[in-house]
Amino acid sequence: MPLFDKKDKSRYTTFTRRAVGMGGGMAAVFAVLAGRLYQLQIRDGDEYLADAEANRVSQRLLAPPRGRIVDRFGVELANNRRNYRVLLVSEQAAEGVEHALEQIGKVIALTDQQKKKVMRDIAANKKFVPVPVAENLTWDEFSRVNLHLPYLPGVQPDVGETRDYPFGKEMVHILGYVASVSPEEKAAESDPLFALPGYRTGKRGIEKEFDKQVRGRAGAFRVEVNAYGRIIRELGKDSGEPGEDVYLTIDRQVQQLADAKLGNESAACVVMDVNNGDVIALSSTPGFDPNWFNTGLSGAQWRELTTNDHKPLLNKVMGGTYPPGSTFKTAVALAAVEAGIATPDYRVSCSGVYNFGGHAFHCWQRKGHGSMDVLGAIQHSCDVFFYETSRRLGIDKIEAAARKLGLGAPTGIELPGERGGLIPSREWKQKTYKWAWQQGDTLSVGIGQGYVTVTPLQLVQMAARVASGKVVSPRMVHSVGGRLQPREAPANLDFHPEALATVREGLRKVTNEPGGTGFSWRITEPGFEMAGKTGTAQVRVYSKEERARGLTRNENLEWKMRDHALFIGYAPVIDPKYAIVSIIEHGAVGAHPHVANARDILLFCQQRDPSRMPNAYPVTSAAAAPEPKKQTQAAPPLPKAGG
Amino acid sequence: MALRPYAAAKRTLSFADKLFEVNWGLVLLIALIGIAGIAMLYSVAGGNFHPWALRQLGHFILGLIVLLLAAMIDIRVWMSLAYPAYGVALLLLVAVEIIGHMGMGAQRWISVGPMELQPSELMKIALVLALARFLHGKSIEDVSKPAPLAIGLAMIGIPAIFVFLQPNLGTTLIILMDGCALLFLAGLSWWWIGPTLGAIAAAIPLAWQFVLHDYQKARVETFLDPASDALGKGWNITQAKIAIGSGGVAGKGFLEGTQSRLNFLPEKQTDFIWTSFCEEFGFVGALALLILFAVVIFYGVQTAMSARSQFGRLVAMGVILNFFFYIMINGMMVMGLIPVVGIPMPLLSYGGSAMLTVMLGFGILMSVHIHRQVEIPRHSGGII
Repeated sequence: MPLFDKKDKSRYTTFTRRAVGMGGGMAAVFAVLAGRLYQLQIRDGDEYLADAEANRVSQRLLAPPRGRIVDRFGVELANNRRNYRVLLVSEQAAEGVEHALEQIGKVIALTDQQKKKVMRDIAANKKFVPVPVAENLTWDEFSRVNLHLPYLPGVQPDVGETRDYPFGKEMVHILGYVASVSPEEKAAESDPLFALPGYRTGKRGIEKEFDKQVRGRAGAFRVEVNAYGRIIRELGKDSGEPGEDVYLTIDRQVQQLADAKLGNESAACVVMDVNNGDVIALSSTPGFDPNWFNTGLSGAQWRELTTNDHKPLLNKVMGGTYPPGSTFKTAVALAAVEAGIATPDYRVSCSGVYNFGGHAFHCWQRKGHGSMDVLGAIQHSCDVFFYETSRRLGIDKIEAAARKLGLGAPTGIELPGERGGLIPSREWKQKTYKWAWQQGDTLSVGIGQGYVTVTPLQLVQMAARVASGKVVSPRMVHSVGGRLQPREAPANLDFHPEALATVREGLRKVTNEPGGTGFSWRITEPGFEMAGKTGTAQVRVYSKEERARGLTRNENLEWKMRDHALFIGYAPVIDPKYAIVSIIEHGAVGAHPHVANARDILLFCQQRDPSRMPNAYPVTSAAAAPEPKKQTQAAPPLPKAGG
Repeated sequence: MALRPYAAAKRTLSFADKLFEVNWGLVLLIALIGIAGIAMLYSVAGGNFHPWALRQLGHFILGLIVLLLAAMIDIRVWMSLAYPAYGVALLLLVAVEIIGHMGMGAQRWISVGPMELQPSELMKIALVLALARFLHGKSIEDVSKPAPLAIGLAMIGIPAIFVFLQPNLGTTLIILMDGCALLFLAGLSWWWIGPTLGAIAAAIPLAWQFVLHDYQKARVETFLDPASDALGKGWNITQAKIAIGSGGVAGKGFLEGTQSRLNFLPEKQTDFIWTSFCEEFGFVGALALLILFAVVIFYGVQTAMSARSQFGRLVAMGVILNFFFYIMINGMMVMGLIPVVGIPMPLLSYGGSAMLTVMLGFGILMSVHIHRQVEIPRHSGGII
């Protein structure tokens, strides 16, 4: 057998051919590798470089202290206190998070709910982000944790800051509260603070409305971290900016009194300066302790807040709308005098019932009031007078007067959730009910019933406008971070001064002359007298049978069916200073506690007179306490009574 | 060359002849790549010779010695050693199944004194030798006959199965590809190749269903959509791509690769060392390294084609293909072109076992080069 033969030769050529082919294949693979390198490093290089930077550089946020909210004298209504808390870094928990929690639970009390929340937070964050386990610890608990620290890997004791509301529920409807960030808020907000575990944001009231200012700007440590989140070195530090302080026009003392007076009723009360619109007190009861939301609300507490029929979560001052009842007669009377209908000679006879269009409209006084002029009608709150007068006026004029007084539209107060109420008009009814306005509708509106609804805040605004003759609106934020809130000097109200004077005289009589509906609750101290108007708002329609049988007294009705009790007023009668609204829901029972409240609060206010006490903030702006402009032109005479 | 024009043509070469015939250019290239690897190990340790660079230098020097020793051994001696080597490697593979210990979830090592021996690495070389010897004795017609083909396939398949059971998918693939490439080079008929490729294509879904381990499937799934689990299983691929891409054109500079220094890169000293290289030296550096690899491979293919014995040709080609498959799989893996399989970058990645086998391979390649003029009859079994 030969050593080599043809077979060898043929397999050599095959080998060479195929090896060259493979060489080509390998070259192709190298070309692919080079192409991929080009793709990653040159085409997308910048993108990947940004990713690498994002990997490397970590921002450790520093929460700035939240700005304080203080009253007009500098009393802190919302501030920050030390928050002893325990944080857990999951990657450092050597034997797992659950084990760590169990260990912590041996030192301080932890509920299952808390543990679940920690597990949730840890799942939602990177493993090196410290997640709060327990907050608001007592010094005792905090010391215990520190003592056991060597046996608690991954646990970091921390002294942070938490919001504190020293006056609890008294201020809640003004301040609102802070609570954990909801997922929706987190998604909607670009501020990096919102991603901070345990961060709390303003949820209602001033805390919400001025959250951006009060929040401050987050500071940050820029650090280089490794893949496990451990800090390798510090790249830079930005200490951020603390939140700005908010100065309110509220007087804590008056607020306290108002809150105490309202007690546990479902009620609302606002005191405001008639000249510049400063809100001195704004109370809505029942309230709740805003600290609950900060420290974590229990399920039972939340159920109580949401199911209570007195609606503690609702700020009734601007979130509740009510039929104004007889307080609306202020607006109707003003319109009537202005229109020249209610002249000094104009009288309406009240027999207790007013028949119109085949329907009997009743006066609250079933016996009737006899012959009434406009002053007497306001004093006695005679319904029949106002039925007749509003019929003559027509809805258009009533609507116009109500609007000038600020009813049926938001006042623009610096609180979220203000409602507008409703002043009906012909167009409105046509649009809403596809039915023309009826004169009977006008009659109901004339006594503040029917379609008309207002918020207590609008009522106090009306009282202030009537008292001062100026277009004032309630405002409660004086300055933010030292910057005065813009406030225009109020213009004069578009009513004839004599018309205003007439209505003021009527209002004076209500609470200062025998027979006035508020006479029993007058202020007797000379110089402090108040003027006002009572009101009772039906929450249901009285049927004919019921009227025939005799109306059931409110005391005998279930709470929900009772009438609302309202009062607006101002004091002193001469050169008025403060206006007030006082409403007790379903409170038209027995003695008028809402009027008594208003009296006590107004008296206290005047005796205390915050305007004469040194304010915490400098009253530098003319707008803050504007001098009433002197009327240079003599007012034209009132038009003569028309047909 | 001019001084000793006939040295390569001699049937027997003196030691001096052999030393002269060593392709020192290739050795230089290999040394360049090896030094680049050591430099990278120094870098990923944060500018420290510990724990990898110094030891890798030891591996590398040992490897160079192995390379030169292997180069000196006559090609016919290698031929006679082929079957025993295959037998020993197979025994070790079986042994690893029995006495091997668990590491990285896969059973791969046997402790031999201070070194950890990976029989699967040895098998890659042994299979090339044994298969080359077997095919050396077969004419082009014989190769395509059922009986020799069956034997050849069994020689590939048996170690492949054991390596797969370890489990080590990457090495299994390399063994299969390398073995099949040798059959192909030996002249296997297209009548076999065509239908087989078709069958493999058909078998892939079945393998997915019944053969692959969960973690292997997870790797493939992650590969197909790395963003789906960017912090979990997709982490490796995502971070490797960031590292490579962030190098840009010129790289971040030696010792400046943040991805590896800050541990964002997994296994940065082994499978992902090439990634760190790309990060620090950029497109320019990475391309230069690729060209070095390509030149080494070119030398290898050239050596194979210049050898006069079928054994030498097949061995040279087998060794260089082995080297090539390493580069291809590792390079494609770290750049996100194929799923993550645990294959190191030859000459760059840290590891004694891999370094020694690669250098042994190059030594045998060099032996083929030195003995390229040696003719071996088809029915010869070597010289021992």
